[in-house]
Amino acid sequence: MARFSARALIANALTGNRGWTPHWPDAEPKAAYDVVVVGAGAHGLGAAYYLAKEHGLTNVAVIDKGWLGGGNTGRNTTIIRSNYLYDESARLYDHSVKLWENLSQELNYNVMFSQRGVMMLAHSVHDVQSFRRHISANRANGVDNEWLTPAQAQAYCPPLSIAPDARYPVMGAALQRRGGVARHDAVAWGYARGAAERGVDIIQNCPVLAIRRDAQGRVEGVDTAKGFIRAKKVAVSAAGHSSVLMESAGVRMPLESYPLQALVSEPIKPVFPCVTMSNSVHAYISQSDKGELVIGAGTDAYTSYTQRGGLHILEHTLAAICEIFPVFSRLRMLRSWGGIVDVTPDRSPILGLTPVAGLFVNCGWGTGGFKATPGAAHVLAHTVATGAPHPINAPFTLERFTTGRLIDEAAAAAVAH
Amino acid sequence: MLLIHCPHCDEARPEIEFAHGGEAHVARPLRPAEMDDAAWGRFLFFRANPKGMHAERWRHAHGCQRFFNVLRDTRTDEIAASYLTGAPRPDLPSAPRPDPEAAAAAPSRPEA
Amino acid sequence: MTAARVAGYGRIDRSRKLGFTFDGRTHLGHPGDTLASALLADDVMLMGRSYKYHRPRGPVTAGSEEPNALVGVDRGPGRYTPNLRATTIEIHDGLKAESQNHFPSLKWDFGAVNDMMSPLFAAGFYYKTFMWPKSFWRRVYEPVIRQAAGLGRPPKAADPDLYADRYAHCDVLVVGAGAAGLAAAEAAAISGAKVMLVDEQAEPGGALLAEIRVEIDDAPAQGWLAARLAALNARANVTVLARTTAIGLYHQNLVGLVQRLTDHLAEPPEGAPRERLWRVRAKQVVLAQGAIERPLVFDGNDRPGVMLADAARTYLTRYGVRVGAKPVVVTAHDWAWGAAVEMARAGASPVVVDARDTVSSALLAEAQALGVEALTGWTVTATHGRLRVKGVTANPVRGAHVGAGRRLPADAVLMSGGWTPTLHLHSHVGSPIAWAAEREAFLPAQTAKGVRVAGAGAGAETWADALGEGAQAGAAAAADAGFDAAARVYAVSEGLKPTGRRMKEMASHLPSSRQRAFVDFQNDVTAKDIRLAVQEGFRSIEHVKRYTTSGMATDQGKLSNINALTIAADALDKEPPQVGLTTFRPPYTPTTFGALAGHAKGKLFQPTRRTPIDPWAEANGAVFEPVSQWRRAWWFPRKGESMHEAVLRECAATRERVGLFDASTLGKIEVVGPDAAEFLERIYTNPWRKLGVGRCRYGLMLGEDGFIRDDGVIGRVAEDRFHVTTTTGGAPRVLAHMEDYLQTEFTDLRVWLTSVTEQWAVIALNGPRARDVIAPFVEGQDLAPEAFPHMSLAECRVCGVPARLMRVSFTGELGFEVNVPARHGRAVWEALWAEAQKHDGLAYGTETMHVLRAEKGYIIVGQDTDGTVTPDDAGIGWAVGKAKADFVGKRSLARPDLIARGRKQLVGLAVEGATPLEEGMQLVDDPAQPVPMTCVGHVTSSYRSAALGRPIALALVENGRARMGETLHAPDPALGPGGARSAVICSPVFYDPEGARLDA
Repeated sequence: MARFSARALIANALTGNRGWTPHWPDAEPKAAYDVVVVGAGAHGLGAAYYLAKEHGLTNVAVIDKGWLGGGNTGRNTTIIRSNYLYDESARLYDHSVKLWENLSQELNYNVMFSQRGVMMLAHSVHDVQSFRRHISANRANGVDNEWLTPAQAQAYCPPLSIAPDARYPVMGAALQRRGGVARHDAVAWGYARGAAERGVDIIQNCPVLAIRRDAQGRVEGVDTAKGFIRAKKVAVSAAGHSSVLMESAGVRMPLESYPLQALVSEPIKPVFPCVTMSNSVHAYISQSDKGELVIGAGTDAYTSYTQRGGLHILEHTLAAICEIFPVFSRLRMLRSWGGIVDVTPDRSPILGLTPVAGLFVNCGWGTGGFKATPGAAHVLAHTVATGAPHPINAPFTLERFTTGRLIDEAAAAAVAH
Repeated sequence: MLLIHCPHCDEARPEIEFAHGGEAHVARPLRPAEMDDAAWGRFLFFRANPKGMHAERWRHAHGCQRFFNVLRDTRTDEIAASYLTGAPRPDLPSAPRPDPEAAAAAPSRPEA
Repeated sequence: MTAARVAGYGRIDRSRKLGFTFDGRTHLGHPGDTLASALLADDVMLMGRSYKYHRPRGPVTAGSEEPNALVGVDRGPGRYTPNLRATTIEIHDGLKAESQNHFPSLKWDFGAVNDMMSPLFAAGFYYKTFMWPKSFWRRVYEPVIRQAAGLGRPPKAADPDLYADRYAHCDVLVVGAGAAGLAAAEAAAISGAKVMLVDEQAEPGGALLAEIRVEIDDAPAQGWLAARLAALNARANVTVLARTTAIGLYHQNLVGLVQRLTDHLAEPPEGAPRERLWRVRAKQVVLAQGAIERPLVFDGNDRPGVMLADAARTYLTRYGVRVGAKPVVVTAHDWAWGAAVEMARAGASPVVVDARDTVSSALLAEAQALGVEALTGWTVTATHGRLRVKGVTANPVRGAHVGAGRRLPADAVLMSGGWTPTLHLHSHVGSPIAWAAEREAFLPAQTAKGVRVAGAGAGAETWADALGEGAQAGAAAAADAGFDAAARVYAVSEGLKPTGRRMKEMASHLPSSRQRAFVDFQNDVTAKDIRLAVQEGFRSIEHVKRYTTSGMATDQGKLSNINALTIAADALDKEPPQVGLTTFRPPYTPTTFGALAGHAKGKLFQPTRRTPIDPWAEANGAVFEPVSQWRRAWWFPRKGESMHEAVLRECAATRERVGLFDASTLGKIEVVGPDAAEFLERIYTNPWRKLGVGRCRYGLMLGEDGFIRDDGVIGRVAEDRFHVTTTTGGAPRVLAHMEDYLQTEFTDLRVWLTSVTEQWAVIALNGPRARDVIAPFVEGQDLAPEAFPHMSLAECRVCGVPARLMRVSFTGELGFEVNVPARHGRAVWEALWAEAQKHDGLAYGTETMHVLRAEKGYIIVGQDTDGTVTPDDAGIGWAVGKAKADFVGKRSLARPDLIARGRKQLVGLAVEGATPLEEGMQLVDDPAQPVPMTCVGHVTSSYRSAALGRPIALALVENGRARMGETLHAPDPALGPGGARSAVICSPVFYDPEGARLDA
C-alpha cells in the first residue's frame, strides 16, 4: 500500500490520480480466526490495529453489520480531552490523548487532531468548586487544566457572552489546552488501512447474530449473516448494540442504550477557535475545519435503537447555544442526526475481561467514547493478546457493579445544592 | 417527542409532561439484607436493554404525578400499550418489521 | 443584454418598483421577485463563489435547493445573515445583499488559484498530507484550511430579533401546497377535518405558480390555483401557512414548522418576531413535497448561466425573466423540451441537445414549429466562458464514439436529467424507500403510521396524477382521522407524460480525469472525485459521501445525491440500491438557531425562581447567586466592601447578635397519612416512629446505592403529618424519589405527598438575640427554652398570620425558622427585620450561611458530598438508625467497597497561613513527590472564619478520622513549582463543639 505524502499527492496529481489504491480491501470471512472483533468503529478497528502491530496477532477479523465507521464513530462531535477527576479516568483518557498526539504520523493518515483547547464554563459557585477540584486533581496527575477568569475565557473564545446579568453568567472556566478535536472518519479509515495493511480482515455488511460458546463455556466463535466464524477470542466493541450481543453469550451487561443527537450549522468563516462546553447550560460546541459549527445535544429520556431523537432536545440545545453565544442566533442548523450511546450506571466504560473465557468487551462509553479511541483500543488489544488487563484498564471491570467500586465521574460533578 | 397515553388521566400527552422511570417490573427485593452482593448488584444496576418490545416506567410529572408502565418497541419507538403499575405486562409481540440485522449484506442507511 | 424581462409573463407586480443593492450596486425589481430573479432581470448571472475552488457561480435553481447563489443579507447591527439563497430571498425596498467567499471581489477572487491546482485537491487529499512536521498541522496547515473554507462571514453582534414558538393540533397536515397538496387539503377540508396546509414559498402553489399552459377544470392553472386557495382560505377549518417550511417529521406525527414572518418586509413592525417555530401534532400527515430536477454531469456544467431547465422556465413564466437569448438546452428528458419551447415563444433561439437517439415526434414537431434546432443523440463535452457561459461544444454520439465537436454560441445552458422525488420528511422517521427501476428513482416503500406521500414525491409525473393522488391521499387521511371524505377527480388538459432516462456523466471524448464535471456544485465535488473514491476502496454511498463531501453542502445533496449515486454505482458496476439508500436528516432546509430556541432567551432562557423576600433583598443591595433555578441573596455588601469583608461582618453580627436569612428556597414536602411515619422510616436512614408531635429531627436520605442524596430537617406536625424540608436544588428529585417508592414499592402505605416549597416563605433567625427579635410577634406558643427547646416545632401565629415555627439552627446559634404563607413572607420579613434593627442585627446571604454552618461542621449535600459519599464517610453515621431492618440504601452500605478500609472521611482542616485554601484543592502527604502524585483527599469547603479569626476548611481525607493532628499539604501552583499549603487534620466542628450556644 502506497504511503501517503505530499510527494505522492503531487506525483498523482500529475498522472490523473490513477495511482491511488483502496485504503483497505474488502474481505470475505475465513472459517476461523485467532481473534474476531465485533464492531468496525474506530474502537474496534483500533484494537485490531494494535493487536497486529504490537502483539503480532494478524489472524484477526473485524466484523460489522454495516459499513465501517458508520456508528458512533461517524456521528459524534469529536471532542477530545482528558481532564477527568478520578485517577483511573485521568490515566485512561490521558493515555489516549498521548496516542492522539502522534496518531496521524503513526497511521500515515491525517486524522487532523487539532489541540485547540477544550474550555468548560462554570455558571455557579458549585461549578467553580467542582472545576477547581478537577484542575487540582488533574495537575496532581500531570494532566493540564487551568482556571480562567470570565475575561480570559472570552479572550480564548471571542463569541462567548460573559454578560454578568445573563441568566447563568459565566463565572470562569477550566481550560485544557491539550484537548481538541479530530476528524472522526479519518480515525476509522486510518485504523482500517493500518490494520488491513498488517493482514487484518475487515468484513463489512455482515451482522453478527450471536456469540457462540462451547460446552465448557468458552467462546468458540460468532454466528453471522454469512455463517459461523470460529474464533479463539472475541472482542465486542459494538457501542449501543453491546448489551444485545453480550446477552447472546449469556452475559448481562449494566448498559442502557439512549439516542444522542448532534447537529451542525451551515459553514461560515472561522469564528470559533476552540471547543467550549457548558455542562450546566448543556452546550457543547466547536467549529470544524469546513466551517460548520459542530454542536452536541443531550440524550433523550428513554432507551431506543432508532438513531433519532426528539425535536425538543434540539430546541433546548440551540437555546443554550444562543444564550451563551448570542451572535449565533441567526446562524442556521444544516443537519441533525442521532446515534445510540450505551450508558453504564457510573458513566464510565467497561473495558477488558468478562466472566466468559475468551470473551472481551469494550463498551459503556456513553456520550464520550470518541476521545478515548486510541487509548481504549490500545489497552483492549493488550488485554485480548495477553489475557490480562493492562494496568490502565484494570479498574474498568464489570465486577465494580457488585463491589460498589464505581468510577462515578458524573456523581463527582455532583448536583446543585 | 413521543406522545404518551397516561392511563390515569386517560389522555395522550406530549413526552415533555412525563419523566422516564427506567425498566418496569423491577421489584425491590423484600428482604435486601438476605441477598448476596452479586444479586444486590444485579438489582441495583442491571436493566433490560432489548432491541424490541420494552416495558418501561413513566411518571406524569407535569400532570397527575403518577407512575405507569408503557410497552414500546425500541426499534421504532412505537408505543404498543400503556397500563397501570402493578398490572401484568400485556403479552404483545414486537411489531412485525423487516429486521435489517437479520438480512445479509443489508444496504447501509447513510447518515449525516 | 442577454437576460431580460419579457412582457406578458410572470406573477410579479410590474406597477411597483423596489430598490435593493447587491455588492453595493443598486438594482430595481418588482414585488413577487426573488433576489435571484431580480438580478437575472438586470442581467446579473454571477452571484457566488464555490466552496473549495472558488469557481464563479450563478443560480442553478429557482428554489430552496439552490447550492450556488448564496449571499449575505445585512439588516443592520446584529442582523447580518450569511448563506441565504438568492433564489428564495423576497426582495423589498432597501434590501442589502452581498456575495461571499471571495477576496477581493466576486469577479476577481484570489481563492480561484485553488481551481488551477485542482488535481492536487482531489477528494480526500487532506487525509494524505499536512502531517509533516507534526506541529505544523495546528499552527500552519489548519489555520490556512480554515480560512479558505467556510462560506459566509459570521455575524458579529448579538441578534436583537425575537423568535416565537407555539403548538398546534390538527386532523390533517399537508406539507407542500403544490397541485397534490392543494388537492389533498381540499379533499380533507371538505370532510370537515381540521386541516393545515403549509408551503415553504412566499405564496402557496408550488410548481403551479410557474404553470401557464395547462388548464384544470377548464380554467387556466393560475386562475384555478387562485380560486382553490381562496376557497381554502375561506374555510374556518383550514389554516394555510406560506413562508413556512416543514423542517422535520418526528415521532407520532409531530411536525416541526418554521414560519418566516418579517424577513420579506421592508419595515418589520417593532417587536414582531422574525420567525416562529410551530410544533404541530397531526393525526394524519400528507407529504406532498414535490420533486427536484436533476442536473446533468458534463465538463463545465457549473459555469454561470448553466442552470436547471425548469428553473429557467420558472424564471420566465413566474418572474417574467428570460435568462438568455441563445439558450442551449441539454437534456435526456422530455421535460426540458417544454422549457425550450417556452423560451422560444418568449423570443429566444434555443438549441436542444438531447442525449437520447430518439425522442417523441410530437416534441420534435412542436420544437420545429417554433424554429428550435434539435440535436438528438448528441452530447455536450465542454462549456466556454469565464464569468458567464458563452458557448458549448456539442458532439454527436454514435454508440461509444463521440464525434467531432460543434461549438454552439450560448448565453445560457438549461439542463435536465429528469426528476428526483422529494422524500425528506418521509425519511426522517426511518420509513423505507425502494428503487423503482422503471422510474430510475427512489420511491416510498412503506410509510409510517398516519403518513402518506402524494404527488411528484410519490412518483406522479403529470398534473392529473398529482391532483388525483393528492385528492385520494387527502380523503384517506381525513377518513383515518374519523371524517367522511371522498376524493374528487380533476379534469386536466395536458400533453403526454414526459419521459427520460437517468444519466451518469454525459458522453465525452475526454477521460473523466480531464473533465470538470460537477456533481456537488457548492462543495466542488466532480464526477472524477466520486470515481476516485471508489478507486480508493470506498464502496458504500455513505463512504463516498464522507470521503468526497458530496451531498454535505448546504443543499444537503438535494441536487447531487442521485448523480453521485449513479456514478458510484457505475464505477462499481452495480445497481444504485446496492450501493446504498439515500436517507435524509432534518431539517429540510437550514433552520435558524433562534427559531429553534424560540422564547427561551435571556431572562426567559429558564425561569428564575424568586422568593417572596427577593425584592427586599434586591432593594437592599444584595448580590445574588444562581442556585439551580433559584436566585438567592449571596451577600449584602455595604459601600466599598469586598465580598469577604461583608461576609466577615455578617458572620460576626449573627454570632454576636442576630441575623436574618431568607431560607424560602428550601424544598418542602408535606407528608400526610396514617402511615406517614412508616413511610419516612423506609425513605430516610433515621427512625421516625417515635418522634413526638411538635418535634423535629435531622433526616438523611440515601439513594438505593447507599450514597447520600439529600438531607433536611423534618418536623412532626401531627401524628399523621410531617413537614419535610429538602435541599434547595434537591426538592424535585426528592419528591420524585418519594413518589416512586410510594407508588411502585410501598403500595401498602396510605400516604400522600404534596410539594409545598412555594406555599411557605421561610425566614431563619439566628443568633443570641433571635428569641428577642421574634418573641414580640409570636402568638400561641411559649418560646421559653424549656417550653420550646431546640428541635421543636409549633403551629402558631407570627405577625398575626398562621405560621409553622421551628426551633432549628444551621449556624450553631440559637435559631428559629418561621414558615408563613408565601403571600405574607415579605411583610413578616420586614417586621422581623425592623425588630432586628433594634438589636443591631442584619440580613445575611448564602455565603455567610455557608461559613457559619462550616464552623459547626454541618455538611452541605452536593458540596461536602458528591454522590460517592456514605453517611459514615460524612461523619454522620449517627443519623443511620442501626436498629432499622431496612430503609432505602441500607443494603448497599454493606457492599464490599463501602465498608472497605481507607475510604475518604470528612474532617476539618486547621489551615496554616492567613488565606483560605481553595475549595477543590487536592491533598497529599508529600508535596515533594513527583507527578503523578498520590492524593489522599480534597478540600470540600473553605472559608475565612470570623469567629475563629483564621481560615478553616472541611475535607474528605482517606482514613481522615484516624489521622487527627497530622499535617497534609495542598499543592498550589500559585506558590511556584513544588509550592504547597499546609493544614492539620482536626475535628470538623470548629466552633462551640459542646453545642452550648444552641441551647441558649
